[in-house]
Order: sequence, then C-alpha cells, then structure tokens
Amino acid sequence: MTKISMTVDEVSYSDEIEPRTLLVHYLREQLGKVGTVVGCDTSNCGACTVELDGQSVKSCTVLAVQADGGTVTTIEGLAVAGALDPMQQAFHDNHALQCGYCTPGMIMAARDLLQNNPHPSEHEIREGIEGNLCRCTGYQNIVRAVQQAAGMTSGASS
Amino acid sequence: MTAVSDRPAAEIGKARRRKEDQHLITGRTTWTDNMTLPGMVHLAILRSPMAHATITSIDATPARQRPGVVAAFTGKDFADIQGDLPCAWPVTPDMVNPGAPSLAVTQVNHVGEAVAVVAARTKAEAVDALEAIDVEYEPLPPVLDMEAAVADGAPLVHPNTTSNRSYTWTFESGAAGTGQPIDGALAGAEVTVTRRFIQQRLIPSFMEPRSVVVQPVGDGILMHSSTQVPHILRTMLGLTLGIPEHKVRVSAPDVGGGFGGKIPVTPEEVITTLVARKLGKPAKFTESRSESIMSAHHGRDQIQDITITAKRDGTVTGLDVHLFADMGAYLRLVGPGVPILGAFMYNAIYKIPAYRFVCEGIFTTKTPTDAYRGAGRPEATFAIERIMDELAAELGMDPMELRRKNWITHEEFPFTTVCGLTYDSGNYEAATDRALELIGWDELRREQAERRERHDPVQLGLGISTFTEMCGLAPSRVLGSLDYGAGGWENASIRMLATGKVEVVTGTSAHGQGHETAFSQIVADKLGVPFEDVEIIHGDTQSSPKGLDTYGSRSLAVGGIAIVQAADKVIEKARRVAAHLLEASEDDLEFEAGAFSVKGSPGSSVSMGDIAFATFSAHNLPDGMEPSLDADATYDPVNFSFPHGTHLCAVDVDTETGRVTIRKYVCVDDVGNPINPLIVEGQVHGGLAQGIAQALFEEAVYDDAGNLTTGTFVDYTPPSAADLPSFTTDRTVTPSTDNPLGVKGVGEAGTIASTPAVVNAVVDALRPFGVTDVQMPCTPERVWRALQGTEKSDRAASGTNAYGGAATTEGGAE
Repeated sequence: MTKISMTVDEVSYSDEIEPRTLLVHYLREQLGKVGTVVGCDTSNCGACTVELDGQSVKSCTVLAVQADGGTVTTIEGLAVAGALDPMQQAFHDNHALQCGYCTPGMIMAARDLLQNNPHPSEHEIREGIEGNLCRCTGYQNIVRAVQQAAGMTSGASS
Repeated sequence: MTAVSDRPAAEIGKARRRKEDQHLITGRTTWTDNMTLPGMVHLAILRSPMAHATITSIDATPARQRPGVVAAFTGKDFADIQGDLPCAWPVTPDMVNPGAPSLAVTQVNHVGEAVAVVAARTKAEAVDALEAIDVEYEPLPPVLDMEAAVADGAPLVHPNTTSNRSYTWTFESGAAGTGQPIDGALAGAEVTVTRRFIQQRLIPSFMEPRSVVVQPVGDGILMHSSTQVPHILRTMLGLTLGIPEHKVRVSAPDVGGGFGGKIPVTPEEVITTLVARKLGKPAKFTESRSESIMSAHHGRDQIQDITITAKRDGTVTGLDVHLFADMGAYLRLVGPGVPILGAFMYNAIYKIPAYRFVCEGIFTTKTPTDAYRGAGRPEATFAIERIMDELAAELGMDPMELRRKNWITHEEFPFTTVCGLTYDSGNYEAATDRALELIGWDELRREQAERRERHDPVQLGLGISTFTEMCGLAPSRVLGSLDYGAGGWENASIRMLATGKVEVVTGTSAHGQGHETAFSQIVADKLGVPFEDVEIIHGDTQSSPKGLDTYGSRSLAVGGIAIVQAADKVIEKARRVAAHLLEASEDDLEFEAGAFSVKGSPGSSVSMGDIAFATFSAHNLPDGMEPSLDADATYDPVNFSFPHGTHLCAVDVDTETGRVTIRKYVCVDDVGNPINPLIVEGQVHGGLAQGIAQALFEEAVYDDAGNLTTGTFVDYTPPSAADLPSFTTDRTVTPSTDNPLGVKGVGEAGTIASTPAVVNAVVDALRPFGVTDVQMPCTPERVWRALQGTEKSDRAASGTNAYGGAATTEGGAE
C-alpha cells in the first residue's frame, strides 16, 4: 500500500491505496466521486476525463499515485454555489446531451479545449474533442455548446 | 375560486430545454455502477476464450482461496436453477430454440460466453481470482459462415439440434391475399435486377456499460439494472428463475443509452441474482467495455438476396427478398423477430403489387444478435433504397424519377400496402421537394457532371433515401399474429396532489430520450398546469407498476397517448367537482387553460389547483364521489405509426485513396406533430450518426477461429466528432391520423434512413468506373478495392469473416 494525498474538488484527502489503483477508481470507489464514470478500458472513450493540475486527463490512464500531491477537479466540482460553469450551461442550452453518460468527460474535455484555444473553428472543436465518444447526439449539438461557451453564439432556445 | 387567467402559452411544440439535464451535467447521477450497498459483494465473470468447445473440466475451488473471495461458482453449481434465458418471440411454431444457459455448463458456443463467476469484497479481488479458475476445453469446429452452416454435413452449433437453421419465416402476398403472386411477377418481368447486400454485424455501443445490482429482500429481490425494459425484465426474470413475479422488483435508475442493446434479459442479470440469493447478500456486476463488446448482443448481420422486377417504363412489378439472419449462438429475447420486423418494410413507400419475403434464422458460434436501433427496418430500407438505385441504373432512369413514379402519392392515403399494413398518412412529395431544395440538388448534379468530365480524382456522389418506417410498437393484436410473447399497450397514471402539483407515472423507461420533458409538456397543456408542476415517474416496477418499456420508437406514440387518456379521465372527474363547487350542470361547463367556468359567464371559475385541494380535503364533494381525481389509462394502439422522410447525401470520394468524405447531408423528416422540436432534432442527429457509422465505419469482425478481432472501441471505430459532418435537418408535418396527438415517433428514423443514402452516394460517385456496389462499411480499402476491380473487399485479414459468410464476398466492380 502507498500513501497518497490530493485535493479533489477543493477537499483534501489522504489515503493508503494499492499502487496499481487507477485515478478513476480512486475517485469513484474511495472518494465517492461517482459523477466521473468509466466508459471503456482502452482509454478510448474519454468518459472519465477530469482536470489534474490544470490539464484534462483521462483518469483511467493515470495511476492514483501519479496524482499524489496534485489538484483534481471533477464534474462535481464545476458548479460553484449552484451556479453552473459556462460549459455546463452551454450543454444544457444546446441539448448537447441525451443519456448523459459521456457528458462529464465531454464537458471536462471541452473546457480544456477552450483553455488552449479560446476561439476554435468548428473543425478545431471537432478535432479537439475527438478523444471523447458520444453515442447519442451525433456531436452536432456538442459542437454548438462549445461554440456558445466560447462566446461565439447565444443559447439555442427557451 | 380564482378568475380565469390568461391562457398559458402552449407547451406542445415548444423547444423546451430538458428537465433531465441538471443532474447529468453536474455529475449527480444514479448509474447502477454508482451504487454501493452495505455488505455488497462484487462479481467478476470468467469468459470463454473459445468460440466452440466442450468444457471437459472446470474447477473454481482455487479461486476461493484467493484474498477477499467470498464465493466462486461454475455452471454446474447453477445448472439446476438457472433456467434458460428467455426468448419471447418464437416466430414460427417449429422454431428451434436449443436453450440458453446464463453460465455455460457443458459447452461454450461463442467467445465471451460466461463459464464461472467469482464474488469478492472488491471488484479488483474478484477479477484477480479469475485466473485461479482451471478450465479445460476440447475444441469443436467453429461455425461462422451462415450459408456453410446450413449446408449438408455442417458441424452443428448445438448438439441437441439437427440443423443450424432455427426457423424459416415466409410471407407471400399472393398467398396472404394482400397482393399478387410473386411467381407471376418474376415470370413476366420485362426487367429483373438481382443483388446481394451484406448487413454487416454491428455492436450497439451504448456508452454506459451494463451493470446490475441485486439485493435480496425477504424471499424476493430488488434488482437495479442498466436496462431499457424494467417491466419485461421483471416478468421474464421471475419466469426464468421461478421467483414469483410479485417478489421481484426491478429498478432502472439513470441508464446511459441502449439503442436496443439493453433489451434482453442478460446472463449477467441472472448470474448476479443467483449469487446474491446464494449468499444472501447484495451483489453487483458491472461489465468492462471489452466484455460488453464481446458478450453483449450484437445487431444486424444478414445476407440479403434481393430481386426487383419492373416494366421498361420503370413501373415496379415485384419484389422478392431472401434473408439469412445470423442469430449467433443463442436466441435472445426478441432476436428471432428482429428480421421479421423488417418484413413489412421492404416495399417501403412504393406501390409494389407482388412481394415475397423469406427469412432463415441461422445459428453460428458468434455472439448472439438481437435488437439494434431500427431492428429489421434499417435492413429493409437499405435493401429497397439500394436496389431502386440499381434498377434506375439498369433502366437508365434518374433514381429520383424512378422513386416518384412508384411511390404512394399524398392523395392516396390511407394506403394499404402489399404487406397488408395501412399507412395512415404521409406526403413524400413535400419532404422530397424540400430536401432537394435544401441541398441544392440540381447544382450538385451539374458539378458532378463537370468533375466527371474533367476526370477529377475526387469524384462527387449523390445518394437518395426516401424512407418510411413502422414504429410505435405496437398493436397487441398484430404482435399476437406475429407470435410475439407479449402485447404492445402502454400504461400511464396521473395523480393530482393536494397542492395542485401533478405526478405522472409512465410505463415507458427512458435512457436519454427526454421523456420527462416531453411528457411534462403534454400534461401541462392537457391539464392547464405549469410545466414545472409536473413530475414524471418511471423506471421502477414498484412506483410504475405497469408498462412495456422503451424501444421501437414507442414511448411517445404509445406511452404518450396513454398519458393523454389518463389526463382526459382526470379532467372528467374534475368536471364533476367543478360543477358541484360552481353549482352548475356539468354540461354547462367549459374547461380551458386549467380552469372550469360556466359557459357564458366567465366571471366565476375554479382552477385545477382549487379542485385538487377541494378533492383532497373532501369536505364538500358531490354525493357518492370518491375523494380522488387520480386516473390511469392503458392504451393499445390501433395501428403502427409511419414516419417518413427524404435523406440526401453528397460525398466526395477520393478515387486514389478510397477515402469517403461526407460533404453535405440533408434530411427532411416527417414525424408528425413534434412535441419538442429540440428533442426531435437531437434524436435525428444521433440516429444519423449511427446510420452513417454503419455505412462508413463500423463492423464486428471475427477471425477464422471465431475470435472477435474488433474487441475494443479502437478496433470497432465508432465515430468521433471529427468523423462526422454537421447535418442540415428540417421537417414536414403530416400528423398521424391514428392518435390524438398526431405523433409518429422519431427514435429510429435517422438510423433507418441514413445508411442507404450514404452508400448510394458512394456508389453513385463510382458508377462511371463500373462499380455497382461497395460493401459496408465503405472504408477507404473497400472503396479502393472496388475501384481496382478486385473481388474481395474485406477490411478483415484473409481467413476472417467480417460478415455473414465467406462465400458472399461479391462487391466491387462487375
């Protein structure tokens, strides 16, 4: 067992874990951060994407020990005092989710995209989120949501 | 008493943003795998690495010595109690069903079949212990090619059968009395075109892997499952395991997509139940994606032999369809019926006088197949829309002109087809004209001619799909005539709370469709209450005791109508209370905007909220009236609904690399009255993505030993955002005349329509090169090989079976 400490959604944790524990399993099973989900076992779908020290990572591809001393933000930590993050709001406004399973990872990846490129073209948005799979939406409304969050459009509807 | 307020804006038709979103975008979700119960054990399942083998020995005892392991079981431990996984659709009286164990006992029949299960304190400990289980297999020959499987002397998948053919299902319009005999059409044909199309095997690929938690409760169970069908699951699980139905409660919490993939009763649901009951402790099983791809049911996988006959002027005179449909190793819940659902759709929107459909259901040593989005209807639509293009080429006619010549015109509705279905409404001309205008068809045709002329290495192709589908499953009598094991009704109940808030219970079970929003809009309009005051309750057999769940684009067209009927009953009860309170005759009351008033004297009125409270307090009700406004309704549709539309696709095909790029995709769908256009558009987008994925990207491939070689998303290649274009969507509205909302259903339309539009476009680009077909998925390799005229166009390596059978590799140039 290895001792690790990290801050997740502004709460400090310190735990003894098996060294092989993946970050996503640590988040879900030990911290109860079940808002972050597992969609595959090949780092292909991106459903488990979180922010680690300011960068988006697929948390199934990071060992929890690699995040030792780090700061993690999950989907559960985005809304502050009930106010949605602009990306969350944009997903709602643009009907950018259906079943919602890919949504936490998609929102985290889309935020990261805009951090690196605040005004992406549609092509850049599509390339930028290609590491995250969605089976419901056909991606069109996700692209619209990212455009809204980037300040390029306003909400779709009432 | 309150004054009549201004009529609130109509909710139906409004692009409401969804009620469902808040918890999904903030990660406050209730996926089954999120659930942890005190004392819960975690399960891991050992799966067969062999496609076909006898289990000569198996010993799970060593696993029990591993850390944290509570128990380990093999098929022998459950042989007497696990029953057979249910198949509810014996499509013919002599259909062969060899039985389907949840844990294999003596033989395995596909890679990924469950052979043992470990229960441990943690999932990791359970998975670790699997390696301690000793299994010895004696290999049997794999059965991979459907045609070879039914040839003389073929090895049998199941030793307790005499053939790998499960059933042969036949329809012929002459015999059925719904049209002319096919033999006459074939014999007298001026033009005959025959093609073989391959519906490759697909994997539904819902994003949430399946998960199940079973909690023993007294002598019954509470099952939480990532299922589309909690009600059907409850009944079937009880029958399978001999647990009385009233001792089984099934809850479907947040469910992350289904697309048909979460319809059957699964081996894992049975295994988890058996372990939980053996141990008397809650148990959880969640599949990995690799397990899901390998062992959750697949879809499509048919060989379609299609013959169309016509006069020289383009009038279609007959259609003859023969299918081989791969059932895989076992019959799942509705697997045999999936191709049969397509039987009534091959004639599509056309007036075809003679029709025959023969389907042979075949066993192979592959993962079982069952419903996948569209279920039978995409296959039918693909075949007819592809062969209409081939017929047009044969006749030298414009493919749209050929369609116009043969389709049912809008004046001809209601129209009874050669299958005996009555299409209530439609307007194919309007949808088509709109689509042609949106895409700029004539301009694209001019560009195509110009690029052909100058031998542009990147050629333009234009594809058409003018489709209809039957959905809103389904009139119970029709299902009965097709030997389906259940009805197709749907139930709803409405509870008026003391404060005027409304609870609506539906027997449909959403997993991304937006029922809570759309149904709230319907009830808000019906009862004249605010949208926000309506709560939709679903997905738990205890809180929603009666229903037949969500599939086949049925939730609105059937479930929504049940809600309307329940609301009508509430209004009639409320009318009686209102008359009493207003001291007026019921006949003199009118109900508008959520309030009753006396006709001609609008000054005094009572609102639904007033009536709800008056009924709750029950101080002053009409004599003999029970103090309740609540009502329920069970609606059995009189007919299917028939959405239709025209989809047009323009592709650029690089003739040097074979790469296909969708340049423009336009669809005009007619789904009747939209309740929520935002949700309708979203359903179309997602449907298009899956239909395009079949045309261009996805295929489940097996090697010659029966191993699935597309066992991850990396290999199966479901499309990402970078692989798809933005779509242009529009609607025409031709309301259904068979239900009071005029709705038709939209869940499957995009998937059904889009696949042939894309492939027709690819073939259109290549037709000047002599190419008459490209087998799906139209990968760069397949397109390139078709252009080279090489006969084999598999993307799979030599010796593999990328589709129904090795003898079916025709494609490419003729």
